[in-house]
Amino acid sequence: MGLFILRRIAQTLVVLLIMSFIIYGLIGLMPGDPIDIMAASMPGVTPEVVAKLKAIYGLDQPLMLRYWRWLIALLQGDLGFSRTHSQPVLEVLTPALLQTCKLMLASFVLSVIAALILGLISALRPGGIVDSIISLFAFAGISVPVFWLALVLILVFAVGLHWLPASGMSNVGDGGLLDQIRHLALPVLTLMLANTGQFTRYVRAAMIETLRMDFVRTAWAKGAGAWRVVIVHGLRNALIPVVTIMALSFGTLFSGALVTETMFAQQGMGKMIYDSILSNDFNLALSGLLFATLITLLSNLAADLAYGWLDPRITLK
Amino acid sequence: MTDLIAQAGIAEGSPRVDAAQSVWSLRGRRFRSHGGGMASLVILAVLVLFCLAAYPLEQYLGLDSNATDLFSRYDPPSALHWLGTDEAGRDELLRLMYGGQISLLVGLLATVIGGAVGVTLGLIAGYFGGKLDALLMRVTDGVIALPLLPLLIVLAALDLTKLGFSSEFAHSGAASFWRIIVIIALVDWTSIARLVRAATLSVKERDYILAARASGAGSAYVMATHVLPNIVTPIIVAFTLTVGRVILFESVLSFLGFGIVPPTPSWGNMLNNAQELVTTAPALAVYPGLLIFITVIAVNFLGDGMQHAFDPRSERR
Repeated sequence: MGLFILRRIAQTLVVLLIMSFIIYGLIGLMPGDPIDIMAASMPGVTPEVVAKLKAIYGLDQPLMLRYWRWLIALLQGDLGFSRTHSQPVLEVLTPALLQTCKLMLASFVLSVIAALILGLISALRPGGIVDSIISLFAFAGISVPVFWLALVLILVFAVGLHWLPASGMSNVGDGGLLDQIRHLALPVLTLMLANTGQFTRYVRAAMIETLRMDFVRTAWAKGAGAWRVVIVHGLRNALIPVVTIMALSFGTLFSGALVTETMFAQQGMGKMIYDSILSNDFNLALSGLLFATLITLLSNLAADLAYGWLDPRITLK
Repeated sequence: MTDLIAQAGIAEGSPRVDAAQSVWSLRGRRFRSHGGGMASLVILAVLVLFCLAAYPLEQYLGLDSNATDLFSRYDPPSALHWLGTDEAGRDELLRLMYGGQISLLVGLLATVIGGAVGVTLGLIAGYFGGKLDALLMRVTDGVIALPLLPLLIVLAALDLTKLGFSSEFAHSGAASFWRIIVIIALVDWTSIARLVRAATLSVKERDYILAARASGAGSAYVMATHVLPNIVTPIIVAFTLTVGRVILFESVLSFLGFGIVPPTPSWGNMLNNAQELVTTAPALAVYPGLLIFITVIAVNFLGDGMQHAFDPRSERR
């Protein structure tokens, strides 16, 4: 088990390192040059000064050298300065990360609960009316474009019924918990509806498979009650592959969060990455992308480790 | 012969007697019995015809779909503009049709290209095995573990002139069209690659492969002529499901402003000003997304129907 963990952690670090190099290279290919942008807003800057600045900041050096220096700085905790926010990148990232975590956790937990309930119900009578309705809903969930779903929800709940605010994170005078929850309601609902479909299909498939197994039949035969058989024997075993698949879907959850935050003007990681790429804020985009990759890789690692822990057969391979 | 059959009590003309029934006609029959799949086929055919009717309708109404008319912004539906006009005075229905052409075309091309990459890599990994397989699978796992949307956004924001393309090419509509196809294909080949690798592994051990190699056939020949035709059914299903996913990707990218750039319409970028439309012309915010939704859900049902038709063991719906 220990070897398994070490191997997976090592793999994660290697992928992270490679991705950091690729992202660094890609950001370098984005339009504009940091010094040129800076010089454009400063009158009276001559080309010689620009060249000198580039030499000072090392922008005329080869890619590997620049990447190496950036990596060293990163490992020492220096993420650079954000041009558009006029603050160190870390100070911009931290609150944004917090906001995104709120959004992602709330919608993840709610969609898992909803998927467990719906998947369980539809697995009990496969092919029946309830199953067909739930499956149709699940299909719709995986087919709907998230930004359009957000739009429709805004139309219905904010513009039409005036029940919930259409955007933002809190009202200007307020900021208390209830106000924040009201502002989080529609984004969380959007993400939840989009993810529940996918999870429901997994839970349903896993439950149907598990309920067919011999140990479940034995439990029925021994006279165990319906609740005990389905939940204790069925669901607990079905959850093993399902939990890991759910953890693996963090990548798509993050992508959905990016779109949702942009639609609802929530200052989260996703919107920050989007804004920084639009405005060519290189440092922020670089760090944001790296963080996004880190979060996704970590959740995949957690999923693998959880699977290895829950199902000992995996670690013995 | 017939009296033997009559003795056995089998009715004349029943399926078990028709020896020359091909696998494909059996699959066709199973597909036709799947309600969702058949309905989707019809819906998709209608959608394609709808999109192709753009040019004839344009000629019939005597309009130009790109002509802006700022005096008739957000016009309600009329005899000339069947669905009204959009924020620049262009006819909404024609833009939906042309946008559909672009969105569907991008979906198909990106699927085919990405799928070709995935099939090739999967075949190579599965057939040759060993170190090559391990390396390719590490790469595949690495790409799967990434947050796709932020990566796609960075790839879409790259400055093509820094890569050596001429400035006029980099800013042309053709560049944005092909760019989005290439970047989606670049990140979306992984699930097909894994599928093809698994299928290749199962086919590799068959006797006819051994026979072909013993007769001196080269690897490429064996892969193309013996392995590929026998793994074609899961590939077809995977391709179909990929189309849905790719259409969603393209719509999100275009919506965020990184995909198809206006004035070329695409279902995604018609929702560019979505937040504005919500209060001024809600119907315009609904149409493009609704069409995306219908297309993707139809494609997913089609894939489901095909899966049901091809896999004799998949459960009855």
